[in-house]
Amino acid sequence: MNEQNEGAPHIIGPRVYVVILFALLAGTALTVAASFVDLGAWHLTPTLTISWNPVVALAIATSKAVLVVLYFMHVRYSSKLTWLAIVAGIFMFLTLILMTLSDYVSRAWGNW
Amino acid sequence: MPDSPAMTHGTQELANSADPGNAANSAHPEHPPYLLHHFESAGQQADAAGFAMWLFLLTEVMFFSGLFTAYLIYRNWYYRAFVAGSHQLSVVWGTTNTAVLILSSFTMAMAVWCSKTGRRRELTLCLTLTFLLGLGFLGIKGIEYHEKFEKHHVPGRHYSLQSFLYPDSDAAARAAGDRPLPLDDARHTEVYFSLYFLMTGMHAAHMVIGLCILGFMILRARAGAYTAGHATFVENFGLYWHFIDIVWIYLFALLYLISRH
Repeated sequence: MNEQNEGAPHIIGPRVYVVILFALLAGTALTVAASFVDLGAWHLTPTLTISWNPVVALAIATSKAVLVVLYFMHVRYSSKLTWLAIVAGIFMFLTLILMTLSDYVSRAWGNW
Repeated sequence: MPDSPAMTHGTQELANSADPGNAANSAHPEHPPYLLHHFESAGQQADAAGFAMWLFLLTEVMFFSGLFTAYLIYRNWYYRAFVAGSHQLSVVWGTTNTAVLILSSFTMAMAVWCSKTGRRRELTLCLTLTFLLGLGFLGIKGIEYHEKFEKHHVPGRHYSLQSFLYPDSDAAARAAGDRPLPLDDARHTEVYFSLYFLMTGMHAAHMVIGLCILGFMILRARAGAYTAGHATFVENFGLYWHFIDIVWIYLFALLYLISRH
């Protein structure tokens, strides 16, 4: 941990920030435009349908979030410890969502 | 490491015996005023503070993911009500606010850069811009909340089903082509607005806290703080501010956009 700061710390400059700013604004415009188009749905089973609009909206939101984390929050040049903290956060978040959803989906199994 | 400053400092007897000719100096070896005594170097101190900030953000992720999970489950349960409720939000204001918040994240990132490169006046400018953009975000949020109060879309005793039972009487519902909802669906729109106010309200509360800290930082920056080699406070506040931005990016997609088509 210490070695990484002993050398010259990586400072991201204004040019990168401007690029990221415009990428984020473009992503916002794209997601608003996409939300007004019906992107259809995927009928997996008679009871389970995946609509593409939320999937696309969340994918764009996640791309924007990744840009913010990597560049605005400097994580691209951060220590492994920071990466570990973030991966732990994502893991906990997905665990919470997936565990709750698996209960929600399967609780009534066999009862209909 | 008996020679390291952290070890020598505070153990005055040892220091005196080792270098009696220069007692005052070795008792308190030179170090930058911001370097606390229990750290070996400024780099170590910055790493420790940064990691602590990330741990705090992890607890924030846990806090918000509870809200997001609740939204996910309820939207699946009361899908029609959530679609009709979402049509009451203004995409124009929502998009404007997203742009405002992204801009404020940009000025905050620039503030961190100014702090690290010792630009005192530019730092104050960037922090002030971030403050104003944050204030603008809350102002727009206020306009949106005001409209919800006017239309009685605030959950509680005075909640009105008018827009959902008779969509032709409501401009926003008409524009979205809503058809009248059955009574039980219409009543579930209150769940949508409960989550709307809870999620955007918690987000706004984080913004208010952020603005208070920003105000404090602007005053300190004007006095010359943060630009003398010690950017940790600005940097870690930046992490908090960007985190709020990320939460809003998801709120915007989930509350405003996914029920539009």
